[in-house]
Amino acid sequence: MENNQQLLHKSIVYGISSLLLIPILATFIYSLSSSWGATILPDGFSLKWYGELLTDPRFIDAFGRSLFICIASLALATLLVLPMIFVIFYYYPKLDKVMNILILLPFAVPPVVSSVGLLQLYADSTFQLIGTPWILIGTYFTIALPFMYRAIANSFTAINLKDLIDAAHLLGASTSKAFLLIILPNLKKGLLASLFLSFSFLLGEFVFANILVGTRYETLQIYLYNMRQTSGHFTSALVMTYFAFIFLCTWLASRLTRGNNL
Amino acid sequence: MNIKVIKQEQKTITQSRLLSTLLNYKPVLWLLPFAVFFYLFQIAPMVWVFINSFIYEETWSIENYQEIFDSAFILQSFHNSLWVSFWSSFVGLILAALLVSSLRHLNSRIKEAMIAFTNMSSNFAGVPLAFAFIIILGTNGAVTLLLKQWGWIDDFNLYSSWGLLTLYIYFQIPLGALLLYPAFDALKKDAYEAAALLGASPFQYWVKIGFPILSPALLGTFIILFANAIGAYASVYALTSGNYNMVTIRIASLVSGDLFLEPNLAAAISVLLMLLLAFITAINQWLIARSYHGK
Repeated sequence: MENNQQLLHKSIVYGISSLLLIPILATFIYSLSSSWGATILPDGFSLKWYGELLTDPRFIDAFGRSLFICIASLALATLLVLPMIFVIFYYYPKLDKVMNILILLPFAVPPVVSSVGLLQLYADSTFQLIGTPWILIGTYFTIALPFMYRAIANSFTAINLKDLIDAAHLLGASTSKAFLLIILPNLKKGLLASLFLSFSFLLGEFVFANILVGTRYETLQIYLYNMRQTSGHFTSALVMTYFAFIFLCTWLASRLTRGNNL
Repeated sequence: MNIKVIKQEQKTITQSRLLSTLLNYKPVLWLLPFAVFFYLFQIAPMVWVFINSFIYEETWSIENYQEIFDSAFILQSFHNSLWVSFWSSFVGLILAALLVSSLRHLNSRIKEAMIAFTNMSSNFAGVPLAFAFIIILGTNGAVTLLLKQWGWIDDFNLYSSWGLLTLYIYFQIPLGALLLYPAFDALKKDAYEAAALLGASPFQYWVKIGFPILSPALLGTFIILFANAIGAYASVYALTSGNYNMVTIRIASLVSGDLFLEPNLAAAISVLLMLLLAFITAINQWLIARSYHGK
């Protein structure tokens, strides 16, 4: 009876997870096979698609652009969010409730809806925004915001903020000095974990990039989409390379959060 | 002379008071940059969409909304989006709940590996996912050929509503599982054992205890999956090149298509989409509140 039940649970877990694994695995095999036409198994294996991809200057450029946009928007988000959360938790703890509602907005409003407004608002701005990376950096900040706010706010509630700052004041430090030298090191893990997590899905962002910028500043996802007409093996190699990168980021994030719990 | 000194002192006192109240508000300055950026990129676009949905040819009117209800094409996009969103959330939620509830009975090493795996596969969405599906389930996809050979299917069109539904269910499962992991921790083994001691069958336990405890989490997860599906754009766009009629595809083509740009109509569709989401969330909240009363 016990054994039977265990078997049932195992088959459910392995069944569903292998369903989830099939597309990933198939893409991987496809990227490694030299050709795979209307047959169930591929004809032969080779690494040539990866070689082709990694020597394509357009891919390197797109990857570089994506890295630039993601890192810049995360830097912006950190600069804006860190002082904001500190001020809220230290001076106006009641605002936390308001913020928890505000940060739901980027979740609740689909990117397509936001981009309708963004396109019209900034179409004729004197400082050109539409079609440049700058508009993406601004919108990506709003995407990262909910995750960063929650992660950093959790770190703040885990430390005795008031006591730490008061102790630092007693020892003659200013509030900003206390923040930089005492509070910031305590937040490091939560902050880094949320940054890696945000990075992994900013890299996968397509909607804003496609509607607001498109081919004028080709990011990784736009490049991927534009390559859809070329060989499926090539795009598979591209998807796998991208996925390996994402895997590294989420792995780092989960390592950091696990360390935090201990 | 004396009076003058006193007045001078009073002046400096009020000045320093003013200064100290200003200093009290100094922390607020640190909130300002955040507020400006959040306004520019989140609030302002929403406000623009709301206001302009009521403007037709530069006058206030509800013409945009009338156009939506007169257009069978736009109504069809709502119907398609609702259909795919509802069923993908429903099936995805059931599969995710099965996965999470079975996972609780396996040892902790498998559990941790599965959480890491779902975390990873939740990132497999959008354009890359659509490509992967074309490879395995497209006309010449390996899985399509395999299923045809076994005689399970005659033909499978990935670019139809059923193909889309499969794709949507795929990306709902990991997200649902991630949201449900913490909720299932609330089910204590003691409750199951206590029920068993009192003579309840596993079925009775689930109907009377397990499900009522979980129902708020299940309903809450359902609404997040639903919102996720109805706002999805990248995967359906990449799969069908924007040829399948969905609400998000309609909105995007009205603002960034090659011809007939009608941003105000797009705004009206957007407002209706948000209203729909708000309405479904409200029903959901009501159901959650009721499920607590039931206890």
